[in-house]
Amino acid sequence: MNEFSSAVGSALSMIMTLDADLVEIVLLSLQVSLSAVVIASVVALPLGAVIALQRFPGRRGVVILLNALMGLPPVVVGLLVYLLLSRAGPLGPMGLLFTPTAMVIAQSIIVLPIIAALARQTIADLHEEYDEYLRSLGCTPMQSVATLLWDGRFRLLTAVMAGFGRAIAEVGAVIIVGGNIQHSTRVMTTTIALETSKGNLALALGLGLILVTLALGINAAALVVTDAARRRYG
Amino acid sequence: MADEHPLLPLVADGLQFAIAGRPIIREVSFTIGSSGRTVILGPNGAGKSVLLRLLHGLLQPSGGELLWGSLTVAQAREQQAMAQQHPVLLRRTVAGNLFHVLHVKGVPRGERQALVDAALQQAGLAELDARAARTLSGGQKQRLAIARACVLRPAVLLLDEPTTNLDPAAVRRVEELIGAVAAAGTKILMTTHDIAQAKRLAADVLFLNEGRLLEHAPAAEFFASPKDPAAARFLDGELLG
Repeated sequence: MNEFSSAVGSALSMIMTLDADLVEIVLLSLQVSLSAVVIASVVALPLGAVIALQRFPGRRGVVILLNALMGLPPVVVGLLVYLLLSRAGPLGPMGLLFTPTAMVIAQSIIVLPIIAALARQTIADLHEEYDEYLRSLGCTPMQSVATLLWDGRFRLLTAVMAGFGRAIAEVGAVIIVGGNIQHSTRVMTTTIALETSKGNLALALGLGLILVTLALGINAAALVVTDAARRRYG
Repeated sequence: MADEHPLLPLVADGLQFAIAGRPIIREVSFTIGSSGRTVILGPNGAGKSVLLRLLHGLLQPSGGELLWGSLTVAQAREQQAMAQQHPVLLRRTVAGNLFHVLHVKGVPRGERQALVDAALQQAGLAELDARAARTLSGGQKQRLAIARACVLRPAVLLLDEPTTNLDPAAVRRVEELIGAVAAAGTKILMTTHDIAQAKRLAADVLFLNEGRLLEHAPAAEFFASPKDPAAARFLDGELLG
């Protein structure tokens, strides 16, 4: 119990004094996960909208695949990205393995199906409501997608937040492709795993507190924005 | 009048529509040459809304032919607009709903504000331009839907039961707006089951029951002496079914 209290005290002290190592790790975590979410969103939101709107052979299979990929095991993604980026892999010459870029790639792959699947459902619901109006107006498919994405923007924020939550909490893939290298690819989750195994509970606990606070804070902010938007725009 | 209007005469010949083999519209034929207000009247379930959607091309007929002047339904839709019974308003401001139409139709940015202002002014919604569209009252929503449909001054405006569930004051304001739109040269084609409203608005009446067109006549003639027995019973307040 004393050890736990001491660890909590040390963790809080590191947070209050903005410990340099702690800040570096938190900033890198945010940089990697936010980059991954932005990249994944750019692809996933239109992809979800297109799957929601278009009728094509095999569409049902695509929807099932997309939903299944939401549960993609991160270590498997990490392994695949590792194989792609390793020296013998097809993208080996780019020298990306064990860099933050490799971590962004892995996290993008993990969160893309989550955002796309949730976006598809959101857009499909909205399309059911808007379909007759959009057809009456003579919208092209691209115009319909743009309209639905814009009008669903606050609900889609929830999908993006779900992706961010998955990315920031992810450990399996980033430790494989990032290598958990100090001052280079060490992020919150990999540091917590490492420092806990070393017995350095203060840093692990401090990062754990920040991680939980970030997750709660960002989701609370998203909820506030979504509720305000619902009241504002209906 | 008909030869001045780009989409008239509207000719339906043996129009049919069925869902899973169940006929909804049965061999409906008519010609509308007048640019006055045409009301499709009939009880609930008569097929009025379906007929309106067929005329606008939102549904494909199972049989028969339809021509707007010399144009097919798909060609004519470019010059038409429709407001639904329950208006689908975008999750944007009042003005934002109109700007969306102008954006989709490729109207140059510099011309948009004036068009939006004019349409909102006509609908009596100018003061509410920054309000969220979906927070308006029922009557205001319907007037916004009509203003949005008319922002580019379509040749034909199709209205599906535009005053359902509105109080008398709201009905009056919607009817005044419909009158103003018609006076500006837009052909109005609307559905209603409200006999009093049809009397107030119609120049000619299509009476529909159970998917069949039972009578098409000038409004004065139809209301004074309906030729079809079912129409007469309907006007007498009997429940058809």
